[in-house]
Amino acid sequence: MNAEVEPAVSPTQLRFARVLEIGMFAGLVLLAAGFVIYVTGWLPSMITLDSLPQFWSMSAAEYRSATAAMGGTGRLPAGETLPLIGFDVLCATAPVACLALLPVYFRQRDWIYLVIAGLEIVVIASAASGVLSPH
Amino acid sequence: MHKKFLPSDWILPLGAAMLLCAWPALAAVPEASVAWWIWPLALFVLCFVLGMIAVPAGVGGGVLFVPIVGGFFPFHLDFVRGAGLLVALAGALSAGPGLLRSGLADLRLALPLALVASATSIAGALLGLALPAAVVQTALGVAILGIVVVMWRAQRSEFPLVEQPDRLSQAFGIQGVFHDATGRRDVEWRVHRTPVGVALFAMIGLLAGMFGLGAGWANVPALNLVMGLPLRLSAGTSGLILSIVDTTAAWVYINEGAVLAVIAAPSVIGMMLGARIGVHLLKIVDAVVIRRLVIMILLFAGLRAFGRGTGVW
Repeated sequence: MNAEVEPAVSPTQLRFARVLEIGMFAGLVLLAAGFVIYVTGWLPSMITLDSLPQFWSMSAAEYRSATAAMGGTGRLPAGETLPLIGFDVLCATAPVACLALLPVYFRQRDWIYLVIAGLEIVVIASAASGVLSPH
Repeated sequence: MHKKFLPSDWILPLGAAMLLCAWPALAAVPEASVAWWIWPLALFVLCFVLGMIAVPAGVGGGVLFVPIVGGFFPFHLDFVRGAGLLVALAGALSAGPGLLRSGLADLRLALPLALVASATSIAGALLGLALPAAVVQTALGVAILGIVVVMWRAQRSEFPLVEQPDRLSQAFGIQGVFHDATGRRDVEWRVHRTPVGVALFAMIGLLAGMFGLGAGWANVPALNLVMGLPLRLSAGTSGLILSIVDTTAAWVYINEGAVLAVIAAPSVIGMMLGARIGVHLLKIVDAVVIRRLVIMILLFAGLRAFGRGTGVW
């Protein structure tokens, strides 16, 4: 008999895996599509592609100032924004997966992990919200 | 027995060496005379190659990406670190579901460690973005040279002996059984020295956020050698931790405007495609040769980062 033994994996872990998979796939599709639209110029961009080398050698702080002076807010409109949506989805995947764990841990009365998963969401949300930004 | 010399033994190292040797020639061309699209295209090609060698070498893409791109491309280090985190994140998210389903990653172990590391990664990211680029570049060079030493000297233990689990891991219920497909047996595992592991992951998170490195190079020894987790489970759980820690740090970089689509997108796509080839290469190339190559590349890139930061090179 040569059959492989299936590993015993908890339903909680499988649930987490499922959310990661969906988020990863959606994020990469949005990223690739957004990037193609961006570099082909289908949508207008605030920074023209030819002038990109002037910006990518700036620090992030200088870049924020330069784009703010052009009327942006650091997150630029139209063409520049589309690929960033893909990154946003990729970065939202782990907190959403943690969120999906909360009802499971609650039902299991696993209070320690309910708190850990909840705290993880708070930590990621605080980073995502920009409330810790010095600006 | 004399080992047969296969083309695959030298094609990859030769390609990578050619890429590195050719780079000074491209770098010597005045930046203004190079069309803008050359750089993202070069980035895509480089990341494709890095993705191919990262898998057989057993490292994440981020640790190769940041020092090489930061040292040889005209992009500011802030954008390189932002892209490096996204490269590492995409790789970790890609591998995560399979590792979780196969039992090669453990969520119960990963969550508390990821919580600590993700909190400190915010501090690392904010600190890295606040410090002058030359200081960060110099520190990156030192960190990369340290990673070279860790990779060169690190011992690994397939199934470390854990005689007595510590109280913290017992309170958290961190233990389990994983199926070792190679040995065709179920292996019971538990961990010890959890408080030390937590402290290490706090440091790892700080470094990951500051330098934009995926921290698999540090996660695996911490889990395997310090906490006593089986090696394969350490590698899988490391990826799971990365997917949470890099997410947190990446948000800081995104909010600080340190993510440029023209740099990050071709990097992520190139690395993901290259990694798919790398999975197949894993079966035919000598992983030891690739690992040595990666250590040499990191040594070169670390010296370059240090030299660039200090103004010597």
